[in-house]
Amino acid sequence: MTTTVSTPIAVPAKPRHRRRSSPYPTWFLLPAAIVYGILFLIPTFASLYFSLTRWTLFNSSFIGLDNFVAFFEEPFLIQGVVNTIIFALLTCALKVVFGLGLAVLLTSQIHARGLLRSVVFFPVLVSTVGVGIAFTAMMHPTDGIINAGLGLLGIKGPGWLTNPSLAIYSVAFVEVWRGVGLATVIFIAGIVSIPQDYYEAARIDGATGWERFVYITLPLSRPAMVTVVILSFIHGLRNFELVWAMTRGGPGFASDVLASVIYKQYQAGFYGLSTAGNVVLFVLIAAMAVPLYLYLNRKEGHQ
Amino acid sequence: MTLVRRYGLTVAALIGAGFVFVVPFLFIVLTAVKDRTQAAQLDFTWPTSFPLWENFWTVISTRDFMLITAYINSTILTVGSITLLVILAAMVGYVRQRRKAWWNGLVDFLVLAGLMMPPAVVPTIWLLQQLGLFATLHGMIFIEVAYNISFCIILYRAFVATIPREMDEAAIIDGARPMDIFFRVILPMLKPVTITVIVVQSVAIFNDFVNPLYYLPGNDNVTVQLTLYNFQSQFNTSYNLLFMNILLVTIPPLIVFLFFNRQIVAGMTSGAVKG
Repeated sequence: MTTTVSTPIAVPAKPRHRRRSSPYPTWFLLPAAIVYGILFLIPTFASLYFSLTRWTLFNSSFIGLDNFVAFFEEPFLIQGVVNTIIFALLTCALKVVFGLGLAVLLTSQIHARGLLRSVVFFPVLVSTVGVGIAFTAMMHPTDGIINAGLGLLGIKGPGWLTNPSLAIYSVAFVEVWRGVGLATVIFIAGIVSIPQDYYEAARIDGATGWERFVYITLPLSRPAMVTVVILSFIHGLRNFELVWAMTRGGPGFASDVLASVIYKQYQAGFYGLSTAGNVVLFVLIAAMAVPLYLYLNRKEGHQ
Repeated sequence: MTLVRRYGLTVAALIGAGFVFVVPFLFIVLTAVKDRTQAAQLDFTWPTSFPLWENFWTVISTRDFMLITAYINSTILTVGSITLLVILAAMVGYVRQRRKAWWNGLVDFLVLAGLMMPPAVVPTIWLLQQLGLFATLHGMIFIEVAYNISFCIILYRAFVATIPREMDEAAIIDGARPMDIFFRVILPMLKPVTITVIVVQSVAIFNDFVNPLYYLPGNDNVTVQLTLYNFQSQFNTSYNLLFMNILLVTIPPLIVFLFFNRQIVAGMTSGAVKG
């Protein structure tokens, strides 16, 4: 800023100014647009075509909607779609409930708040695959420490990951454990931004703690709520790492989600089918998350 | 009375958090320093012997020091991606915030799409093969840039809004060209948000498992997260080694967390308050 640029330059600049481009040139967007366009947009559009083909990466033959028909006729593929939705709804709901609860607790007058926040948040930063492997060991039906702990209480724990009807819920539980810290810090940021005056006024008017929560904290932390719901919902729909690290989609296909189906079909060389799975996932996110986003944001605009 | 309640709540919270969040980490650490037979029991006990160095060395040297290769690759990947991300995202965030233009809506839409939509995996592999970028580290760097740039643009755009336009105007009057204004006036002032972007994205890219799994196959290209996957079958019966590996993979994020806790939380919660 203390450069020796002399002011007279500004004088001849004036007539040229009209033709000279804006100080905020459009080409600044170009490098990002090239990388994003080539590596994200083109494959996305290409997937719409390749999902309609039988594809070997070298040549593709058009087979119409057969891949999508397979997705809604093959039992193990339907299972994947259903599991994806269950997983996303369940993890999203639990992260909201526990995240909000923890945030209220950690913004209250208790001690060791900083320590507790760090402890709750740390799993967010740990390798998801590592978490998955650790919990797989802990959920071992006979030797795992979870069932050993339950055994001490006289409860016979189930086969968390070996019982086909339970496996996807166990993985969802671990995802909540891993991700609740993020929901919590987002809620904390929302709650902290609420002016203290409201709470004082309510206290003077004799509102109970529960009433303060329902009538002040809950409505005024709405932006945080929107962020948490959308983030965890989309994260839930796209989840792959935990399922893959913990069950590989098993037992059988009982805990397959769309992302693991996509990977399995890719490994098996069914590239067209894999891409169709990708398109189903696009549609699912577009059909559920986009309206959610618009709805939650519009409601906020009205207030 | 309230004092008792407050302490009671604190103690309950600490015990609860200890059970739910600390025990799993203790379990990982304890198992990592046990010998093989004791680790195989998977129980939550104190190690009877401490073959710490032995476990460490075995994990490091497995498959011709694969973990070392992985650390080098992950470092190159993280540093390369973040350098590009910072410059490219700051440029977009800056122009998008400053300039009123017809394409603003389009940019916002694409940013949102990049944030929400999963990438189309197999077509991307096909495209990378056509470009000769498949299974190369620089190809992977571009992939990470493409997938993470939306989040960075949002952070930069919000921060640019807090820098007064008078700064740009002063530079313009001094005769600065757009490149100078951006690189010598604006970019230095974006330092706080740049730190946030670097911290948050380095953890995200270092921990990325799915994308290297698809786009970076091959033993020479292995990244840190993939060693876990590769060793999962190899260390099938050696939980102590598997958990030592988890421990070694967790150390870099732990260090970042200890030093940049505030920036991480700030970055990840940005937008939560304003919506």
